[in-house]
Amino acid sequence: MKPVRLTGRAALSLTRGIGAVTLFVARGLFRLRPFYARAFGAQLVQIGWLSLPVVGLTALFTGAALALQIHSGGARFQASDVVPAIVAIGMVRELGPVLGGLMVAARVASSIAAEIGTMKVTEQIDALVTLSTDPMRWLVTPRLWAAMLTVPLLVGVGDIIGIAGGWLVGTQSLGFNSVAYLANSAAYLERWDVVSGLLKGAVFGLIVAVCGCWFGLRSDRGAAGVGRATKSAVVAAAVGILAANFVLTGLFFE
Amino acid sequence: MIQIAGLHKSFGAKPVLAGVDLAVGQGESLCVIGQSGTGKSVLLKCILGLTAPDAGQILWQGKPLDAATRPAFLARFGMLFQGAALFDSLTVWQNVAFRLRQRMPDRQARAIAIEKLARVGLGPETADLMPAELSGGMAKRAGLARAIADDPAVIFFDEPTTGLDPIRARRINGLIRGIVTETGATAITITHDMASVRTIGDRVALLQDGRIAWDGPVSRMDHAAPLAGFLGNTLPL
Ligand SMILES: Nc1ncnc2c1ncn2[C@@H]1O[C@H](COP(=O)(O)OP(=O)(O)OP(=O)(O)O)[C@@H](O)[C@H]1O
Ligand SMILES: [Mg+2]
Repeated sequence: MKPVRLTGRAALSLTRGIGAVTLFVARGLFRLRPFYARAFGAQLVQIGWLSLPVVGLTALFTGAALALQIHSGGARFQASDVVPAIVAIGMVRELGPVLGGLMVAARVASSIAAEIGTMKVTEQIDALVTLSTDPMRWLVTPRLWAAMLTVPLLVGVGDIIGIAGGWLVGTQSLGFNSVAYLANSAAYLERWDVVSGLLKGAVFGLIVAVCGCWFGLRSDRGAAGVGRATKSAVVAAAVGILAANFVLTGLFFE
Repeated sequence: MIQIAGLHKSFGAKPVLAGVDLAVGQGESLCVIGQSGTGKSVLLKCILGLTAPDAGQILWQGKPLDAATRPAFLARFGMLFQGAALFDSLTVWQNVAFRLRQRMPDRQARAIAIEKLARVGLGPETADLMPAELSGGMAKRAGLARAIADDPAVIFFDEPTTGLDPIRARRINGLIRGIVTETGATAITITHDMASVRTIGDRVALLQDGRIAWDGPVSRMDHAAPLAGFLGNTLPL
């Protein structure tokens, strides 16, 4: 009896949790009136623009390392000239969105959770309510939309920088001709490769912002409470991105 | 103006409010006192709609305060939080003018904000500071300026002097009394500090064991037996 009951209870609470998060996302995304444009603009800068260096560096080194790997690995079956194509496809379809998303999770989910958690603990959220302002609309909506719109852009820039990283290694140390490298990259890259990666970016951005806001708003009292909320937000965002990536890859390419 | 009738609220098995009855008239200044953990903040959260009571009613101008009527109530409402609760991401004047900026141009809102800052004794040079740059006492004043910025009809003060030294506490009490008298606003103050009660209050209510144990004019509180334990609770001067 007991295992049955426990499983039942776990299933119930899981269902309830999924329901609560779904409702939270729906409320955060679609209740747009009033829309706080200033808060949205600030978040575009915070989430998008200021993440550019981290995402760019990540893409640069990943593209460069990928080129080295494919070159040496491909040599085993006389295929080291596929480096440009594999680097491009690998960056655009998989590594650009996933690693970019993870870096944004580290940077943005943590700062959103810490900021909102601190606001909760210091009664700033209550203060918003007394000033006739809905915390969902003022805090959550701008962050969800800003993340969902800017992370694909970050991924797009990361794709370019990643391919450039591969090209640098390819031309500087692997002996590729510069023009041939770029032509080869472009020749095998399809539009859907790029678009699917950008779509992944949008989903990952949403996951990051939702985790930051959700855990921030549920932060316990005190500095320790904010610390726990921040940690949970980053872990949940990272795991969420990897799981979503698996599901989306299956959906897009199977 | 505000009437509370039979308010109940429990957390789990623990009753916090067990039938609170309380009324505040137009322009009256009521102080609610009570030991730590008796539910003063919970009472406040019920009125603001941040916590749903289990039973009982809160009336504002004769109408029950619920999801439909609360926005109109909040529009006429200002509150000073215990820790000031200024928004970290906004400057002092943007905090003070938070509500004003939603319906008027920044230039006009800023002018009003500077005027309200002056009312609480902060110069225009504080307007462009961030809240993190203010001392505790200054933050409290800025919080007070934000509470009165939109000329509220009802103002709540949550422990306005807690954490301040006696001199600052006396200044804040004086400011609050002045503002309440000047604007004719209805004021509800939650406090442990009897000096606050004497300066700010017209009436005192003692919250004890989830109910109002005593309720009467400040002038009579020295002779009220239930308050005997509290009268010494004054910050030393
Ligand atoms: N969200 C909550 N969940 C569970 N218990 C709560 C919650 N909020 C308050 N309580 C409990 O209700 C009781 C009253 O708390 P409240 O904060 O209202 O006290 P208070 O009178 O404001 O005290 P203080 O003067 O210290 O601020 C406390 O025992 C507290 O533990
Ligand atoms: Mg309290």
